[in-house]
Amino acid sequence: MSEAEYEGIVESRWSGGASPFAINSKKLGMWLFIVSDSLTFSALLISYAYVRLETPDWPRPFEIWPAIAKSSFMTFVLLSSSLTMVLGVNAAFRGDRKKTVRYLIATILCGIAFVLIHATEWVSLFGEGVTPWSNPWGVPLFGGTFFGLTGLHMLHVTIGVAYLAIIAWGFGKGKYTAEHVEVSGLYWHFVDLVWMFIFPMVYLLSVNPK
Amino acid sequence: MSAELTHEHSVGTTKLFATVWVWLLLLTAVEVFLAYERLEVHLMITILVGLSLIKAALIMSYFMHLRFERLGLFLLLVPAMVFCICMMLIMFFPDSIRLMNLRPH
Repeated sequence: MSEAEYEGIVESRWSGGASPFAINSKKLGMWLFIVSDSLTFSALLISYAYVRLETPDWPRPFEIWPAIAKSSFMTFVLLSSSLTMVLGVNAAFRGDRKKTVRYLIATILCGIAFVLIHATEWVSLFGEGVTPWSNPWGVPLFGGTFFGLTGLHMLHVTIGVAYLAIIAWGFGKGKYTAEHVEVSGLYWHFVDLVWMFIFPMVYLLSVNPK
Repeated sequence: MSAELTHEHSVGTTKLFATVWVWLLLLTAVEVFLAYERLEVHLMITILVGLSLIKAALIMSYFMHLRFERLGLFLLLVPAMVFCICMMLIMFFPDSIRLMNLRPH
């Protein structure tokens, strides 16, 4: 490296315009959002763990069939959607627009399937008299934490589906670049990551021991 | 810049991502299996959170590409996050254990 080049780098580092992490600003912004959102979920999960461990007669309503089978299948669906998403990002960087859109649509369909299966589960819990405020087992915090955690996660999945739909549409039309796809992928993987904590802590800790 | 990014992203192949996916599914299967072993709830939650942390690390390093980014980005994001989560744990669990010991047996 010549001295002039070196001077140039030092100059640009001090006057802005240098890229210390070698990523674009959208990606850094999404990462910072993910860190703050992960703290929101951590606070909810930790407070849930607190009441869960503190309550000796915590209800264990989840049977193998349908609740655990369903939620395990939902985990599978969400993990697979992460795989199609990451393949979509790869295709986007290769410049293969058609394939990218196809992978994104597969991801969106998995997201919709997740929300729909989750919704049927909520409806069946409502049918058993479990609401965010009360339930037949006399531990109202069960409903509060269950619907609070899964509801906030479901909201994230729903927003993610809308976000990916916009990105898929815009990328297909050539409006967005591969970086946009990658940043939306970061969000989607984060939603998947949060479910990796909610599924064992909410469902598997309340399995009916029969 | 763009060419450089493209090069970095070709690090992850379909085979690599499929392998990570299989590992995530296997860890999930272990968790579901453990749910039916009648373990004591504190031990259970420790094992489940431990396995989930491994899964989270896999997702972050491969699916979210953190492994292929500069070390600086990792140092910017992860230690701060871990520190904040540890602070929350310090607030919650000593009190939780204290209450448990106060409970009449």
